[in-house]
Amino acid sequence: MSPEAAKANAQESARHRLSPARVLDIDPLLDDPKTRIMVCCGSGGVGKTTTAAALGLRAAERGRKVVVLTIDPARRLAQSMGIDSLDNIPRRVKGLEDSGGGGELHAMMLDMKRTFDEIVEAHADPERAAAILSNPFYQSLSAGFAGTQEYMAMEKLGQLRAKEEWDLIVVDTPPSRSALDFLDAPKRLGSFLDGKLIRLLLAPAKVGGRAGMKFLNVGMSMMTGALGKLLGGQLLKDVQTFVAAMDSMFGGFRTRADATYKLLQAPGTAFLVVAAPERDALREAAYFVERLAAEDMPLAGLVLNRVHGSGADRLSAERALGAAENLVEPRIVDQHGGKAGLRNSPDTYGSSESLASTARDTADGAPDGSTASEPGSPGPDQEDQSVDRLTAGLLRLHADRMHVLSREQRTRDRFTARHPEVAVTEVAALPGDVHDLVGLRDIGDRLAANRPELPETDGN
Amino acid sequence: MSRLQVVSGKGGTGKTTVAAALALALATEGKRTLLVEVEGRQGIAQLFETDALPYEERKIAVAPGGGEVYALAIDPELALLDYLQMFYKLGGAGRALKKLGAIDFATTIAPGLRDVLLTGKACEAVRRKDKSGRFAYDYVVMDAPPTGRITRFLNVNDEVAGLAKIGPIHNQAQAVMRVLKSKETAVHLVTLLEEMPVQETADGISELRAARLPVGRIMVNMVRPEVLDAADLELVRSTPRTALAKSLSAAGLGGARRGGNAEKLVDPLLAEAEEYAERYALEEEQRSVLAELGLPLHELPLLAEGMDLGGLYGLARELRRQGLS
Repeated sequence: MSPEAAKANAQESARHRLSPARVLDIDPLLDDPKTRIMVCCGSGGVGKTTTAAALGLRAAERGRKVVVLTIDPARRLAQSMGIDSLDNIPRRVKGLEDSGGGGELHAMMLDMKRTFDEIVEAHADPERAAAILSNPFYQSLSAGFAGTQEYMAMEKLGQLRAKEEWDLIVVDTPPSRSALDFLDAPKRLGSFLDGKLIRLLLAPAKVGGRAGMKFLNVGMSMMTGALGKLLGGQLLKDVQTFVAAMDSMFGGFRTRADATYKLLQAPGTAFLVVAAPERDALREAAYFVERLAAEDMPLAGLVLNRVHGSGADRLSAERALGAAENLVEPRIVDQHGGKAGLRNSPDTYGSSESLASTARDTADGAPDGSTASEPGSPGPDQEDQSVDRLTAGLLRLHADRMHVLSREQRTRDRFTARHPEVAVTEVAALPGDVHDLVGLRDIGDRLAANRPELPETDGN
Repeated sequence: MSRLQVVSGKGGTGKTTVAAALALALATEGKRTLLVEVEGRQGIAQLFETDALPYEERKIAVAPGGGEVYALAIDPELALLDYLQMFYKLGGAGRALKKLGAIDFATTIAPGLRDVLLTGKACEAVRRKDKSGRFAYDYVVMDAPPTGRITRFLNVNDEVAGLAKIGPIHNQAQAVMRVLKSKETAVHLVTLLEEMPVQETADGISELRAARLPVGRIMVNMVRPEVLDAADLELVRSTPRTALAKSLSAAGLGGARRGGNAEKLVDPLLAEAEEYAERYALEEEQRSVLAELGLPLHELPLLAEGMDLGGLYGLARELRRQGLS
């Protein structure tokens, strides 16, 4: 390799290691008493829930009193915190490493129907509450509306925050079809229950009485007619009863939605966008970053999960594959392999190496096409060949890893080019799932270690 | 082969990709398929590298052998207007309804209603015939909501039953259910060889079965290549490090002696092999869990260079090779 090429190579690997992005320092964020709410958001399947739990555990073991609010009913995660099943009430997690700071970890899983029921029970007299709870529309809305879960998550967050019982609340957002749903839902549900149509359904006479509303009134009768036709009379009556009951109870859903919004914009809140170094996940992450900025929501940074590293990242995929080929077909030696062979310092092969190995080294160096004589004893040679096959396998494995590395790097570079202002922390990929507090603690360590995969910097 | 192919799976398992590959595979050799999206994510447009799809069936790809793939992103509001138009000839009143937020209202307050519109549109496409009496589409492939919501989504009858006991919505739900519970439909679940997706797949299958919805196949996506097999991994443990160092050196990677470049590679390569071995064991475990579910299993390879249009055609070929169309 020419000196220039070597220098370029060194620069390339330096760039590879030192991310141009700002580094997200997790511990100061967790320790800051002003941080009261952390929201983990991102697309599905990127490890949001696990990240939330790991952050909660780390904060607790650093002395804070934490509650983790999870939405995803991942049984294994509950089990990893030593809780058989999570429910709507925070449960204390046992087995924390006591740092002497008096921290506590509690965890709960959002039961959206239960939360909705509680709101109804809290805001309506028993008779009216019973009427609402048994209305088929209420049942449908409370259990299945695409935004109910998001809304109830925010509602629960507001409740937890109002109690002033915890230093820090870590929230995991729902696995929405799109990351944006979670921000839209409260407003949508709010405006929906507060909307024009509901006014009309509640008091068509009032609206119709005003002269300027004549057209609307025509539209209205057409509409009730159409809705009646479509849904059937009983259904329309159910809707009206439901809306009337809800309306009297909530006294302005929008107010509540606005309060939730303000809570999220408050300085004590820190949003963490969670992603994996994959194209789709990072695209969603970029949308989310832009959306949070547009809504004045305080973004702390990006958690990039499942990042791969290698202790041998100086050995490129191409070179590893070339070397693997040399081993499997030692008689077909290409220029590259030959040169590489020549680069070896002679003393490497001099002393106590086996004969077979030396013989092959000779063959390696031999020009293309020349047939090396088959070594005599088949026993050690076969063993040697199987080691070579294995080594070739290890090299191919490494080549795969290097391909993954460079793909992840490219994907991440695209994100950082678009959003250089976003601080990033990377979490090294784990081969398996997390099963216990030890696993969560390990993830917490990885979250806090800024560059977990930083290899030794000795040159090649 | 069922004519309505519903593809679900845990978030992040690549169900949109599998649905698209399936639509391509089923269209091969002169067939026509419709790929339907119901969650408004525009995942299909991204995959096929086209502009956002409107609420309109349009051709997005040509399959090998002259087949065609059409795509449709169903919008529940527009589907409701469509539906009103079809049955009531509402015309301008439909627009007035929209202006008032009635459509939003109707599709929001009753998720069952929303779902019946989405599935109803797909079922309509399944049953639609052209003038000569042939089916408009040979197959309809639906990129459906994730495993956690799929049973509820498809079981519209139960959802709507409580809301509309009689009337056209009720009838529509009945008609949709007749298609969804018949042999005309197959619900496939996409998973990865990881614990949580596999667990969710198992749960999803029992829910679908309990609701008497026809479960089709399990598609294991993003399967990593088997670079080393069990015997190799055994050998990794028994081979002395010095032998590996020598072998690396022989491959042209530097000196085998302590401190030599080849020798320095041994540890990191073994660490990578160790991680691979751990993964390998976990994946084998998940394979056996999936095998116990008693459904046809298909494995699709992880595309090393990420997903693109070329990769999608490759996956479609793979599905055909495995007898999926």
